[in-house]
Amino acid sequence: MNPAQKTIGDVLLKVENISLSFGGVKALTNISFEIREHEILAIIGPNGAGKSSMLNCINGFYHPQEGTITFKGQPRKQMRPHEAAKQGIARTFQNIALFKGMSTLDNIMTGRLLKMKSGLLSSAIYKGPAEKEQIEHREFCERIIDFLEIEAIRKVPVGRLPYGLQKRVELGRALAAEPTLLLLDEPMAGMNLEEKQDMCRFILDVNDEFGTTICLIEHDMGVVMDISDRIVVLDYGRKIGDGLPDEIKRNQAVIDAYLGVQH
Amino acid sequence: MFYRESGQFKTSYRADQAIFTIPQDRIFFALFMLMAYVGVPLIASDYLYTALIIPFLCLSLAALGLNILTGYCGQLSLGTGAFMGVGAVSAWNLAYRIPDLNILVVFILAGLITAAVGMFFGLPSMRIKGFYLAVATLAAQFFLPWLFVKWGWLTNHNSSGVITAPQLELFGWVINTPMEKYLFALSIVALLALAAKNLVRSNPGRQWMAIRDMDIAAEIIGIRPMVAKLSAFAVSSFYVGVAGALYLFVYLGSTEPDGFNINLSFQTLFMIIIGGLGSILGSFLGAFFILLLPIFLTRVPPMLGFEFSTALVSHLEFMVFGALIVFFLIVEPHGLARLWQIAKEKLRIWPFPY
Amino acid sequence: MMFFLEVLIGGLMAGVMYSLVALGFVLIFKASGVFNFAQGAMVLFAGLFFVGFMELGVPLLLSLLLTAAVMVLLAGVIERLVLRHLVNQEGIILFMATIGVSFFLDGFGQTIWGSNVRQLDVGIPTDPILLFDGDILIQSFDLYAALVAGVLLAILVVFQKTRIGRALRAVADDHQAAQSVGIPLNVIWVIVWSIAGLVALVAGVMWGSKLGVQPAIVSLALKALPVLILGGFTSVPGAIVGGLIIGAGEKLAEVYIGPLFGGGIENWFAYVLALGFLLIRPQGLFGERIIERV
Repeated sequence: MNPAQKTIGDVLLKVENISLSFGGVKALTNISFEIREHEILAIIGPNGAGKSSMLNCINGFYHPQEGTITFKGQPRKQMRPHEAAKQGIARTFQNIALFKGMSTLDNIMTGRLLKMKSGLLSSAIYKGPAEKEQIEHREFCERIIDFLEIEAIRKVPVGRLPYGLQKRVELGRALAAEPTLLLLDEPMAGMNLEEKQDMCRFILDVNDEFGTTICLIEHDMGVVMDISDRIVVLDYGRKIGDGLPDEIKRNQAVIDAYLGVQH
Repeated sequence: MFYRESGQFKTSYRADQAIFTIPQDRIFFALFMLMAYVGVPLIASDYLYTALIIPFLCLSLAALGLNILTGYCGQLSLGTGAFMGVGAVSAWNLAYRIPDLNILVVFILAGLITAAVGMFFGLPSMRIKGFYLAVATLAAQFFLPWLFVKWGWLTNHNSSGVITAPQLELFGWVINTPMEKYLFALSIVALLALAAKNLVRSNPGRQWMAIRDMDIAAEIIGIRPMVAKLSAFAVSSFYVGVAGALYLFVYLGSTEPDGFNINLSFQTLFMIIIGGLGSILGSFLGAFFILLLPIFLTRVPPMLGFEFSTALVSHLEFMVFGALIVFFLIVEPHGLARLWQIAKEKLRIWPFPY
Repeated sequence: MMFFLEVLIGGLMAGVMYSLVALGFVLIFKASGVFNFAQGAMVLFAGLFFVGFMELGVPLLLSLLLTAAVMVLLAGVIERLVLRHLVNQEGIILFMATIGVSFFLDGFGQTIWGSNVRQLDVGIPTDPILLFDGDILIQSFDLYAALVAGVLLAILVVFQKTRIGRALRAVADDHQAAQSVGIPLNVIWVIVWSIAGLVALVAGVMWGSKLGVQPAIVSLALKALPVLILGGFTSVPGAIVGGLIIGAGEKLAEVYIGPLFGGGIENWFAYVLALGFLLIRPQGLFGERIIERV
């Protein structure tokens, strides 16, 4: 697929002058960038560059001391993660964060909870509205299961699944919420080549078919250069590059950071 | 041989989401309920009702409540005994002060009052988890029984502090004999167990389990931890409260309110550990097991020619309980319920290995 | 004013006794991340064995040594039968397992030694001491208890600076990581539980001398839990300070607030105090703040 043919829309999320520190340690310093509708944006950088912290700020898990994040035109200062989820930000984690005691299907259905309404009483009675709702959303989740090709494991507790499949289930759980913005934290870490190819295909398909905007962190440069529309490079909590993949390849600061020039 | 899943296809999500997806399971369960409603009354003696069956029903309901909180939502509570006390004391007050109130309304209100108290003591779960929370629930366990005793109004200033359950009557049906009490309790427990099963297989249950398995991820996919935890405390306490009310009204008859002590809390905790954390069935199996064990220890050694003193039996009971808890946590954290499931899976393919 | 001081000192002294139990909790929690609910039962267990040996006519020092050996043996057995099988399990599972251990020890100790209250006299003087011309009365026993706690604290603080102490802290941080850098997890656990067992022995002797050795010690030892919440689960000095605060707090509350509610608030005051404290400062006075990451 050729990224040039895709229509990249307006700015969806705008990060302005974000600074975050823990005690005396500065994790992020004065970072600004934009994510536009429909694009696949990759954040890269050496270990400890602050990539995960950046995602944590975007979905409200960390609260940066300075700067603003504007999502869908609404600036916000402090936000809890569940509020971010409600606005349409979903994510996956570097270390898989599935609900281990639940089945694949239940994990994905849990990702769908935001769209479901049944409360305690109607759920306890079950017959009637709650059952109808369960079945309706089950259909949607089954589509995701189809899409990710995990039909065979729908009733298996995810704790028993191999790593690659767990990553896929986690993607499924994030998709179940029909997010506008999907944050992927190293979706391909620890995978073999074949699994990586599958995962790339899923990411591109999600981007293409559902029109979901994607922001991902990845270490595999081959993958990053292939699938992303734009790349932001972080190093030591600062932004050192921002541009199209080809520009990034030629950027001297980025090359230095990766080859390890003395600071 | 007759119990096989293969070849039984489900053609709708509705069928796939049923409680018992296999006809054999449905038949078995129907037979079981028939047995409970018809078979047991035909054969059980009054002694069996009062010594085993009725306390079993009450305590399995309490265990079920605790299991919702601890097994499904992952919030450990050591205050179950006190919350049963809240249910019992409020039911008694409602029945005593509003004599014409329907007994079912009394139980529901008692459950709701307990739910409110439970939510209050669940508030610390916003900030703390695990054993920190367990210590916080100990505060409830020590404070509430003290309150029952010191706040005279609660026991109508009775000098001995004893509360005695009134005559049970439901729509003109006077519930008197152990058998009638059993049927009454059975109906309430069955209904509430069904409701619990429904809860844990739909939205609320998924919220609770998400919080239990990984609270951070749960929050990031949009579950509000506060709502999920407090609803678990509320539902759990509702069940425990109704269980406490039943415990007083159909089992004990009369009690001192400070009898709802920490031992009761531990007893229910043991039930769910042995029965199976996060399993409705497990709550029942565990309650049955925990109640049967002391009877077994008292009865069996004399048959084998050993004479144990009562004190020794109670010490042995402690040892056996302790050892069993450790054993189950190590070998099968999902308890008896999981063993049952494994047995079923084995049976499913028997006699063919594949 | 003098009366207030007397109540305060009495409370502080009672607090020292809680601290003795709390110290055992902190040691095990720091070194293995296990919240050992069985510490109270270990106190009773040690007390029962000690008083049992004494009653059999074994001299005091030898009884102490024998009981110490029993506690070390117990640590080994717990490691072999329980902990080893629960490596890398969640904290709450380990916690529940120690509840099981607690019940087992409680029952086992009483099966062997019976459940009567046994007087224990190890020669600690119990005569009252009068201060300020007799205005304040304190028990000399309490002074000795405070002294013992002080010595214990000093030993433990020094111990933490040693090599083993460092290894212990590594284990607490991460079981797998500690194993991978060559720290023998099993040995460390036995050592820690032995030390906690010896602390329990000290507590058992002190509690036993004060109240007699009896099963009620187990539930009294539960008071160490609010102490820990106040002091922080990972702080040895916190256990001491927390114990003093709880001890003094509940005595003062009983004397000055109790009468308003008909008394008896001593039983729950500590827990409710801890509950309130949890809401304000979950990590305790001296605990470490935890930063969560994903």
